[in-house]
Amino acid sequence: MTAPQPPQQPAYAQAPQPGQPGTPPQQWTGAAAPFVYVSPIPVRRANLADALKSEWTKIRSVRSTLWTLGVTIVLILGIGLLAAGVVSSAENDLGAESSPLTLGFFGVLLSIICVITLGVLTISSEFGTGLIRTTLTACPDRARVLTAKVVVFFLLSFVITLISTTLVAMSDSALLADRWSGEITGAEYFKATVGVSLFVAFLGLIALAVGALLRHSAGAITTMLGVVLLPLVAAMFMFTDSLEGVRKALFEYSVPNLLATFYETGATQASSGPTGWEPLWIVVAAAGVTLGGAYASLLNRDA
Amino acid sequence: MIEAVGLTKRYGAKTAVHNLSFQVRPGAVTGFLGPNGSGKSTTMRMILGLDMPTSGHVTIGGHPFRNLPNAPRQVGALLDAKAVHGGRSARLHLLSLAQLAGIPARRVDEVLGVVGLQDVAKRRSKGFSLGMGQRLGIAAALLGDPQVLLFDEPVNGLDPEGILWVRNLMKQLAAEGRTVFVSSHLMSEMALTADHLIVIGRGQLLADMSVQDFISTNSADFARVRTPDTAPEGREKLTAALVEAGGQVLAEPDGALRVTGVPLPRISDLAHDADVRLWELSPHQASLEEAYMRMTQGAVDYRSTVDQRAGLQPADPYGYGPGAPAPQGWAPPAGNPYPALAGERPNPYAQPMPPQAVPQAAPGYPSAPASQGMPPAPAVPPVAPAPPSTPPPGAAPAGPADLTKRDSEDAR
Repeated sequence: MTAPQPPQQPAYAQAPQPGQPGTPPQQWTGAAAPFVYVSPIPVRRANLADALKSEWTKIRSVRSTLWTLGVTIVLILGIGLLAAGVVSSAENDLGAESSPLTLGFFGVLLSIICVITLGVLTISSEFGTGLIRTTLTACPDRARVLTAKVVVFFLLSFVITLISTTLVAMSDSALLADRWSGEITGAEYFKATVGVSLFVAFLGLIALAVGALLRHSAGAITTMLGVVLLPLVAAMFMFTDSLEGVRKALFEYSVPNLLATFYETGATQASSGPTGWEPLWIVVAAAGVTLGGAYASLLNRDA
Repeated sequence: MIEAVGLTKRYGAKTAVHNLSFQVRPGAVTGFLGPNGSGKSTTMRMILGLDMPTSGHVTIGGHPFRNLPNAPRQVGALLDAKAVHGGRSARLHLLSLAQLAGIPARRVDEVLGVVGLQDVAKRRSKGFSLGMGQRLGIAAALLGDPQVLLFDEPVNGLDPEGILWVRNLMKQLAAEGRTVFVSSHLMSEMALTADHLIVIGRGQLLADMSVQDFISTNSADFARVRTPDTAPEGREKLTAALVEAGGQVLAEPDGALRVTGVPLPRISDLAHDADVRLWELSPHQASLEEAYMRMTQGAVDYRSTVDQRAGLQPADPYGYGPGAPAPQGWAPPAGNPYPALAGERPNPYAQPMPPQAVPQAAPGYPSAPASQGMPPAPAVPPVAPAPPSTPPPGAAPAGPADLTKRDSEDAR
C-alpha cells in the first residue's frame, strides 16, 4: 500500500509542490506496519471458574434476581408460617397422618413461579438485549457460558429454597409441637427441605433451558407456567370414563402433585403414581433432556 | 489481520452476504461501507463467529474466531450500543465481561476512564444516552486490549466532541499496529478516519482499495469553465478547442461548461490560444460521499421516493424536479466561520458540491476558495471521463453540510 495521503486529491495535474503546507499532520503508516500490537497486560487463558465468577456478577447485579428470590423467600416463609398460625389457632389438632411439614407445601408451590421466572430471565434477558453477542465475543466457548449459567443459577436457587424451607420446617414443627401427636423422622425432614429444594432448583433449570431454546422471556415463562399448571387443569375437566387413565396420569405427574409427594407421609401416599424420591428423578431427567436441547441449540444456532 | 474467503450467508431465500472475500490488515483503519441492509453487520457477526457462514470462512490471525486460543484478548468488538442489560451498572457490566475473559478487574476502571464514563460507572445503563451507550460498548471492546478491533457504527449518537474522540482513538489504535475494522455510513467520518475502504452492496464486494483510489476511481472530477456571458461565440470557440484537445465538454444550465479530460492549466492555455477570456476556471472534485453514492447507486435496497405533493405544487419554471435541493444554508467562501489555516487540510465537504450546491457562482468568482490549501497534487492525469451523471438530487449535497463545522474544526 502506498503512504497515506489526504483522502481528497485533485485529479488535475499540477506541478507537485513538495513541502506544501496542506500535508496532514497525522501520517499513519499503512498496511506496511512492520509490527503487530502486543498487549502489556499478561495473557491468561480463561476457564470455567472465570465464567462462574462472571455469571455471579451478572446474576447479582440485576434487580430481577433480587425481586424473584426475595418473593420466593417471602412466599415460602410467609405462607408456611401463616398456615401454621391458622392450624394452631384452630379447634382441632392436626390428624395423625399429616405432619406439620406438609404446611410448607403451599408456599413452595407458589414460589415455583418465581424460580421459573428467574431461570428463564437468566438466559433470555441476554438474548432479548443482544448482550449474548457481547458475552460470546468475550467467551467463544458457548458451552462454558451456558454451563456457568446453569451452575450459578442452580446453586443460587437451591440455596435460597433450602434456607426458606428449612426455616419453615423448623418453625412449623416447633409451633405445632403440642398439636400433633406424631413424630417427624429425619428422612421426612430431609425430604421436605433438601428434596423440595432440589426439585425446585431442577425445575428452574428446565426453565433456563426453555429460555435458551426459545430466546424470548415472555414466551419461555408462559411455556413454563403452562407446563406446571396445564396438566392439572386439563385433568380436572376430563370427565369421561374412557379418559380416566389419561386423567390419572396427568394428575399424578403434574408438577404440583410431584411436589406434594415430598411432603406426604407414608399413610397418605397414593396407591399408584410416583412415590418417595421418584419425583426428583423425573424432574432431573426432564432437566437433562431440555438442557441437552439448550446446549445443542446454543452451539449450533446463530447467536 | 482478518481474512474472509468466499463468505456467504443466506437466511432462507434472502442472501445477506454473497461470496465476500477481503483482507483487513493491521496498522490501518479499514472502513467498511455499504448501504443499509447490505450485509455489513452480518459480515461482522460472521467474523466474530456469532453467525455461521452458509459457505466460505473467515479467520482472524489465521484462526476462526471460535478456535482462537485467547479470543477476548485478541479481538474486541462493538456490535450494538444497546446490547447491554439495562438494569446492570456500567461498571458491573464491564466487570462481568472482564471476569469472563480472565482480565484483571482493575482493567475495568482503566477502560471506564478511557471512554470517559468513570463518573456514571455506578449508574444503571438503562438511563444512558445513545452516545454513552456507544462509549460503554467501546469500553467493552477495549477491555482485552486486543490486537484486532471491530466497530459497527461506533459514532452513532455521539456528539461532535465524541466523534472527534472516536476518530482519534481509531487512528491511535491503528498506529499502535492493531487491525481496526470500522463500519459506518457517515462518509465524512470515513474520509477522515479510514486509510482503506471495503465497500459492499447487496452483500457483494464493490470495492476494496485505499480511500484515495476509491475516490479517483469512482468520482467524476471536472473543471468548471465559464466564459463571459457577453461573448457567446467565445464559448463555442473554447468548446471546439477543448474537444480538439481531447476533452469532454458539457454545457451546464447556467451557461458554464463542465470539462473533463483536460487538466486545468491546459484549459487555461487553450483559452489563451483561442483568445477567449475566462470568468471562471475551477476544479471540482468528488467527495468520498459522491464517489460512494455513485458506486452504490445500483445497490441500495431502501430508496425513498420523492414526496410529490401532487396537485399542490405549481409548475416549476426552471425544469428542476421537485427533488432539486434547496440552497444550502452555508455559504462556503464568504462567511466561513472556520477559515482554513496555514497547514490545514481542507475540509472536503466545505467545498461546493457540484453542481447544484454551488450557490450561483457569480461572474468572476475565482477558483481560489475551492483550491486554497489543497493537498499536493500528484501528477496524475485526469481519470477516465466518467459519464456526466448528476448525483442523486438532494442526496449528495444535503448530507455532509451539517458536518461542516465539526470537520473543519479539527482538521488541524
